[in-house]
Amino acid sequence: MLKVNPRDKTRLVDPLFAAPGWRFWLAVVFLLAVIGWGASMYLRQLTYGLGETGMDRPVYWGIYMVNFIFLIGVSMAGTLISAALQLTNIEWRRPITRIAETLTVFGLLVASLQLLFDIGRPDRLLNVVQYGRLQSPLLWDANSLTLYILTSILALYLQLLPDIALLRDNCPANAPWWRRALYTRLGLGWKGYRSQWGRLQKAITVISIAIIPIGVSLHTITSWVFSTTVQPGWKSTILGPYFVIGAIFSGIGMLFIVMTLAWRLLKLDEYIQARHYRALGWLFIVMSALWFYFTYTENLTLVAEQEAYEFPVLASKLWGSYSFSFWGMVALMVVAFWIMVVPKLLPALLRRVVVFQPRFALASTGAALVAAFFLISPQPAVTHAALMDLNTNTFGWLMVIGFVACAGLGISFWLKQHPAVSSVAAGACVVAGMWLERWNIVIPTLTHPRLIPYTIYLPSPVEISLSAASLALLALMFLVFFKLFPVISIWEVSEGRVVEDAQSRVEIPLPEPNEPNPLQSWGSRR
Amino acid sequence: MPRWGMVIDLDKCVACQGCSIACRFENNTPAVSPEEALQGRSIRWNDVFPLPIDPAEDKDVYPNVTTRYLTRPCMHCENPPCIKVCPVQATYKDEEGIVRMNYARCIGCRLCTVACPYGVRYFNWYAPEWEGSLSEHLNPDRIEAPGDLEGPAVRPRGVVEKCTFCIHRLQKARLQAEAEQRDFRPDEYVPACVETCPAKARYFGDLDNPDSTVAQLNKSSRAFVELEEAGTHPKVTYLREG
Repeated sequence: MLKVNPRDKTRLVDPLFAAPGWRFWLAVVFLLAVIGWGASMYLRQLTYGLGETGMDRPVYWGIYMVNFIFLIGVSMAGTLISAALQLTNIEWRRPITRIAETLTVFGLLVASLQLLFDIGRPDRLLNVVQYGRLQSPLLWDANSLTLYILTSILALYLQLLPDIALLRDNCPANAPWWRRALYTRLGLGWKGYRSQWGRLQKAITVISIAIIPIGVSLHTITSWVFSTTVQPGWKSTILGPYFVIGAIFSGIGMLFIVMTLAWRLLKLDEYIQARHYRALGWLFIVMSALWFYFTYTENLTLVAEQEAYEFPVLASKLWGSYSFSFWGMVALMVVAFWIMVVPKLLPALLRRVVVFQPRFALASTGAALVAAFFLISPQPAVTHAALMDLNTNTFGWLMVIGFVACAGLGISFWLKQHPAVSSVAAGACVVAGMWLERWNIVIPTLTHPRLIPYTIYLPSPVEISLSAASLALLALMFLVFFKLFPVISIWEVSEGRVVEDAQSRVEIPLPEPNEPNPLQSWGSRR
Repeated sequence: MPRWGMVIDLDKCVACQGCSIACRFENNTPAVSPEEALQGRSIRWNDVFPLPIDPAEDKDVYPNVTTRYLTRPCMHCENPPCIKVCPVQATYKDEEGIVRMNYARCIGCRLCTVACPYGVRYFNWYAPEWEGSLSEHLNPDRIEAPGDLEGPAVRPRGVVEKCTFCIHRLQKARLQAEAEQRDFRPDEYVPACVETCPAKARYFGDLDNPDSTVAQLNKSSRAFVELEEAGTHPKVTYLREG
């Protein structure tokens, strides 16, 4: 009989057995409706063919592929947070490992669904096993994806095992029989013996070590699907690490969103605190810097060489048909970086200055919007001519940027006081930005082929419905899973309490005064 | 063992698109609706396209037009980017250098279409359809074995297809030679486009035979290949105009 800390029991165990409220059912019904709509659209695509999508020649791949890369990227967070932090024994990881691991598993499952949407003959999927050709990057990808899914499910399960046993032993009397059976089956006879703990720790360590190279391999191989071709814009050597960095980056962004949702909806004030946001925030900033570095390097080489087929691809991103998605991505990333970095840089003293107020930010935003509206909207001929003058126009846009920067400064102190809100905002920016980045990698190269007229790709309603349904499925998986299993790893948190308790009893000696430095007094008269 | 290759003399080509039509009927390539064609979903194994590719760029008036035409079958590269990426070996290069396509195995992942720098691989977005009595006059030839479907056999929806150098004609020529109990000669087989070309702009034959027309023309100072920088080593060579 395993015992649970009474605090954890009221916060984590009891809500699992409480009857779900109307809001839960509403969410489930809504998500099921979206999924049902997506399923009907998929049936349509199956019946008529992939012609129902917006894809054509030469845009043979569309947002299914973009979603695939994006979702496996998002799933990277689990590997990083739970495995890397576990191995390095970082204490703050404890309350968020479970969320990160589920993000990995569900993200990967929904990602592999995208491949199923994308292929023309899903009925022949097993050909990959039967006739698999080892030289194909797509086969490496399939292998790596399968291995990653299996490993991450195993990792999640191993971490979950003591908690399942805990739930089995603490089932309330009125719990339905199937839940009792579920926990008994999944609990595998875990009794918390010393030998069992030893074995579990060993297994977790092994799997944590294994999952890191597997995760890195998946993102690298996915980039190789593109970079092993001879197509302009794809044949780049740094695409592998660029994908890995982007994956970790978007993973942390998604983790911010999911952990905040879990914290707010399940009232986990005791477990998820400001220090988690702070610690993850530093990781986020590092990834952000690396992302800018890679993006700059990747594009600089293309700008410098101006190769006949490569450059049009980049030009379409810089000022052509994809400028909106490219500069949108850059803007989102800059905003995310600003949100995480600038509040950390401002000294507390500056708070008294009037510009560092939310209302100033609001006013600046308004001014920026008015200025931008002036520049974009149709004006009387005379004003228009004056505005279109290069100097005026540049000045006008600089003014807009200045106002936006002022708004950013004004909101900074408010962001500093609300770490969760700012983290979620930054996370949302990065998640959206990384989706756009995947789009910018896949689509412009396809629309700028050699020897075929350039085209434009727009996803069809079928593709958009299936993407929405995929996101709904991801959300539903979280919702159902966290209704059955605790969102916080109970045993890890309890272990953390013991560690913290032990550490608090260690006496740290006070610092000794410095020894007088003979050089310091040299030349001075005493 | 011959190594098949093609030479297209642009000096002789009149851009009549006869090769394109011959290919369509020889290989049962379905025509798509005008809307689909506008969306870029038409299937033309042997495409005849203008250069510059954007017709709006040619502002000259007849007879001083500058538009040039290029006809584009599959290049049957010696180093094909498409077969390297196929996860199920549905596309492969046989020992005679023809890049072949097995419709019965293709899973429709479209990595080969994405990898081909020439854009000569096509995807069946919908099931093929023929208008009216056209469907009764399809080419009945097919190359078939368990798990193997090639040649002009009607392709199912959701698979990739491409020019095969009329592989069924080669097979027929071989069978004919066998039936007549003699050795097969490389000049017994040409693809439909070569046979049709009214200007005799296309040559086809064995590149490994130094005396063959294609091998001789390959040495011409006018010879060039498309996208040489992609490193694909095409076996379709063009002879420059003039």
